[in-house]
Amino acid sequence: MHELTTTRSNPQVDPSLHIWGWEIPVYLFLGGLVAGIMIISGYFIFKGRHKHSYFSCFWLPHISLVLLTAGMLALFLDLEHKLYVWRLYTTFKIASPMSWGSWILILVYPTLLATTLTRIPPAFQNRIKLFDTISAFINRHPTAVKNVGVLSMIVGAILGMYTGVLLSALGARPLWNSSILWVLFLTSGLSSAAAFVHMITDDVYERELLAKADNGFLVFELFLFAQFLIGLLSSTHAHQSAAHLLLSGPYAAVFWVFVIGLGIFIPLIVQLLAVNHKVQHTPVAPIMVIAGGLILRFVIVSAGQYSHWAMAGM
Amino acid sequence: MARFGMVIDTTKCVGCMDCVVACKTENNVPEGYNRDWIVQDVRGTFPTLTMEIRSERCNHCDNPPCVSCCPTGASHVHDVGSVVLVTKEECIGCKACIASCPYDARFIHPEGYADKCTFCIHRVEKGLDPACVAVCPTHCMYFGDLDDPHSNVSTLLASRKHHALMPEAGTQPRIFYLT
Repeated sequence: MHELTTTRSNPQVDPSLHIWGWEIPVYLFLGGLVAGIMIISGYFIFKGRHKHSYFSCFWLPHISLVLLTAGMLALFLDLEHKLYVWRLYTTFKIASPMSWGSWILILVYPTLLATTLTRIPPAFQNRIKLFDTISAFINRHPTAVKNVGVLSMIVGAILGMYTGVLLSALGARPLWNSSILWVLFLTSGLSSAAAFVHMITDDVYERELLAKADNGFLVFELFLFAQFLIGLLSSTHAHQSAAHLLLSGPYAAVFWVFVIGLGIFIPLIVQLLAVNHKVQHTPVAPIMVIAGGLILRFVIVSAGQYSHWAMAGM
Repeated sequence: MARFGMVIDTTKCVGCMDCVVACKTENNVPEGYNRDWIVQDVRGTFPTLTMEIRSERCNHCDNPPCVSCCPTGASHVHDVGSVVLVTKEECIGCKACIASCPYDARFIHPEGYADKCTFCIHRVEKGLDPACVAVCPTHCMYFGDLDDPHSNVSTLLASRKHHALMPEAGTQPRIFYLT
């Protein structure tokens, strides 16, 4: 027997850590989704589809701006000392993933702006001369268009990785303390973004391509989950206890049913049938993938806070 | 530079919570919050049980994850005694430091900044002991410079069996418990 009794009862800390509510999972999900969208739209721009596709190369960056702003609003709402938020930009702390993240977000906005300028829609043309000038310059130089696409993919990848690194750097929480987490979150972000484009584009080529790509991302995500859990199970007792939170503990039902079952496995089967023309493309599978990505962040953030080094000795 | 630490004799501690009350009074800790607390740690199989009573607080680690993860530099290592402190005017309340602490020693003060034990640095700089040490009725708590081989904490650690909390977390805590 090992029993600990404490007189401590600090709010948000006891009986188990619960400092981060809905805001951080929503922020991580939207950050990952925007990262995936940036990679996808960057790829399409790099391949020169901005001349043909009105959707992926124009609307996706605009949608990203809205989604990212919503994510940053969620992050802002989570801060307890909101009026001091500007302190993030008075310093750069190389060992702090959150400091890296705040500066990465500064890079994301101009990158998204550059991608929107690869093609300005007719309704917005001749409104802001500077934007028209930049857009004309980019379009006169094919290399500049490709560079914008590459920049979007690189910044998107960094943003997606950061959403996982933010948690995995916090070694006090064994569930998060995995080097797989950043790949998992990046892949989940790509999968959600591919599902998002699959769901709302009216371009047949893009829908087919993104459905196929999403199937690949979902299979890879299953592989990463296996790696993530095997890594924890083959580590210290604290890490094994953390893995059991998902495998058989209080988070098992939501993890297996909503993240793995309804978020990956079922939509994977539906989309495999769709790309093989056995069933029609519908929004059902993409919605399940996107909802699964959101629930994944909720489960990982919540279970991670619950996991603790002290679990090893209990 | 000194490296302050604390040694607590668990064979003398009776869990009276005088240290908790002294801290709350000295540091004006808000109602419902604790910078230090008492833990009863019971191990074994009945009837061969052992119980250790500990006064716990921030471990002012040599390798403090709360400092390295802080995005604004609000969490920092103080020049005096390498004590880990928070500058409340620089804290944005992101709570990364709370998540990074394996001892759950921090909390969010009702005014919105991260708060925790300061080793009563305002008293120590005047040559006094931290309030919890000064008030302990069983004299089970000792405070001093771990880098000074002649300090009371160093001599106790050299002569008595002791342990720290969760050394496997790799933070190199500076509070030691004599057993």
